[in-house]
Amino acid sequence: MFKESIAIALRALVANKLRSILTMLGIIIGVGAVISMVSIGMGVKEKVQNSIASLGSNMLIVTPGAASSQGVRSASGSSTTLTLEDAEYIKKTIQGIDYVSPSVSKSYQIIAGNQNWTTTVYGVTPEYMAIKSLTVGSGSFVSQPDINSRNRVAVLGATVAENLFGEMNPTGQNVRINNAPYLVVGVLDSKGQSSMGQDQDDIVLVPLTTAQERLVGITYLNSISIQVTKMEGMDQAQEQITSLLRQRHKINGTKEDDFTVRNLTSIMAMMAETTGTITLLLGSIGAISLLVGGIGIMNIMMVSVTERTREIGIRKALGATYRDIMLQFLIESVVIGVLGGIFGIFLGILSAFAISTFGGMNTVISAVSILVPFGFSIAVGLFFGIYPARKAALLDPIEALRYE
Amino acid sequence: MGITLKEITKCYKIGEETVAALAGVSLEIENGEFVAIMGPSGSGKSTMMNILGCLDRPTSGSYLLEEQEVATLTDDELAKTRNKRIGFVFQNFNLLSRVSAWENVALPLVYAGIAEKERLNRAAAILESVGLASRKQHMPNELSGGQRQRVAIARALINEPSIIMADEPTGNLDSRSSVDIMRIFGDLNEQGKTIILVTHEPDIAQSAKRVITVRDGLIISDEVKEQYHV
Repeated sequence: MFKESIAIALRALVANKLRSILTMLGIIIGVGAVISMVSIGMGVKEKVQNSIASLGSNMLIVTPGAASSQGVRSASGSSTTLTLEDAEYIKKTIQGIDYVSPSVSKSYQIIAGNQNWTTTVYGVTPEYMAIKSLTVGSGSFVSQPDINSRNRVAVLGATVAENLFGEMNPTGQNVRINNAPYLVVGVLDSKGQSSMGQDQDDIVLVPLTTAQERLVGITYLNSISIQVTKMEGMDQAQEQITSLLRQRHKINGTKEDDFTVRNLTSIMAMMAETTGTITLLLGSIGAISLLVGGIGIMNIMMVSVTERTREIGIRKALGATYRDIMLQFLIESVVIGVLGGIFGIFLGILSAFAISTFGGMNTVISAVSILVPFGFSIAVGLFFGIYPARKAALLDPIEALRYE
Repeated sequence: MGITLKEITKCYKIGEETVAALAGVSLEIENGEFVAIMGPSGSGKSTMMNILGCLDRPTSGSYLLEEQEVATLTDDELAKTRNKRIGFVFQNFNLLSRVSAWENVALPLVYAGIAEKERLNRAAAILESVGLASRKQHMPNELSGGQRQRVAIARALINEPSIIMADEPTGNLDSRSSVDIMRIFGDLNEQGKTIILVTHEPDIAQSAKRVITVRDGLIISDEVKEQYHV
């Protein structure tokens, strides 16, 4: 009986081709809208998640605050109170942290042979590699002996290496930074652009002590990055670091901190949550058009039932039961939903592709973002088909046969 | 066996008033009879036909069809009864316009749960027996009135019902086709089918072996022809 009902439904849909297609269009657009809208939202979410991953997980960043002398406050980061001892103290006393990576940075012109390139030079410790998830392509990274003896060694980012040495391997070569020669000990693997569009390969790394004493000539730090072992320990670590630094910098009572501890993961987590909400919102807009498409199905099915009253009467006179007629019309509306859903998937994928190609937005399509609207379109066909199908199935055969 | 009606009434509410379309009809029809029900319009003959055809339930009374009480069946049980025991032939043919003669004939078997292959084989055989073997693939609108009515008769016969109900079967036909159709009914009756014919044309009623006249919801005459033997 089920097979026959499908055949009857398909035949009825084919008999009214234009009408069926127009009805289906509501579902096609609805499903297509949900898929493409959600793909945009998920694209944004993916970007945010990538940037979280590129930051390294569970990161706290301590930066100096604004220096103030006699009431005049300078730019943020100008305070000179954050020192290497602070970093070492944090590492020693705070529980539940993996790495502490102090760093200084300043922009310099780098010269190799007849090439030059201006970039940011970072003074770092070996922990920097782990905390930024860097990998060395050739050669080695800044080592503890380099730190201890303030060696003039440098590790180049991929962009810097390419600009100064081209195809050649820079390891073992010399570069001049601020007119002093540095031995290139390694080249980093490319990390590409950050989420903010910054080239993460445009850096040069030197030992922290070398940078502080031989290059920049300072005793303080520009930042301390701290990786916390567990996500749950982030807030606690942030509090402990704040009170430790206040104590060490002798900041009492209500006086403002001369440093800032930022919890990047929590900022990113919040951004991810926001993008989740955006996805939901975009999806709901699509879902509304799907719902409107469903009402279109109901409308057409009502017309179809009225138009075919006589057919229903004939079928009933010949022995069709309530269930037979119900099934016939219900399958018709479900078939509209299913076919509309299938074409809608194509439309959705196509428009998501078009948005990323011509609109320049990142779009992501997943199995869930296809299957959920598809399931929804079937459910819509079913739900909005019930009332018309029931109306058909409840028709009195005598009245229906008499219908002109 | 056959049909037994006992004190059947059928009332309709029209506004405040209750109108009795049938006011207590008792009737017995044996298997193999050829009965014409006659009466002017509004006499209650259509109501009687609907109840006899299990399309409708009486307000009161008892209707035994093949020794089974059908006056109290549910809608779905009535549908099953119609499917198995009764074949309908209507004045305006009532064929599905979008499907071929062949599939129109096979339609009752769909609701009897018969597989497609057998349905089509049986439909082909029945169409042949009414002389339409060459018209199987034709759509109803490609057939003449007489041919359409023969398709309808084939459809009525396909599930081998014991009773054929014909409601003004010649009402939309020219006189030559009418004679053809009535001959088919005569032949079917010879083969043992019970034929119940509703008509207001005395000529057509004359082909039957028993003529029942209805007026104002009551049977006013029930006349069996002399040459009639059960």
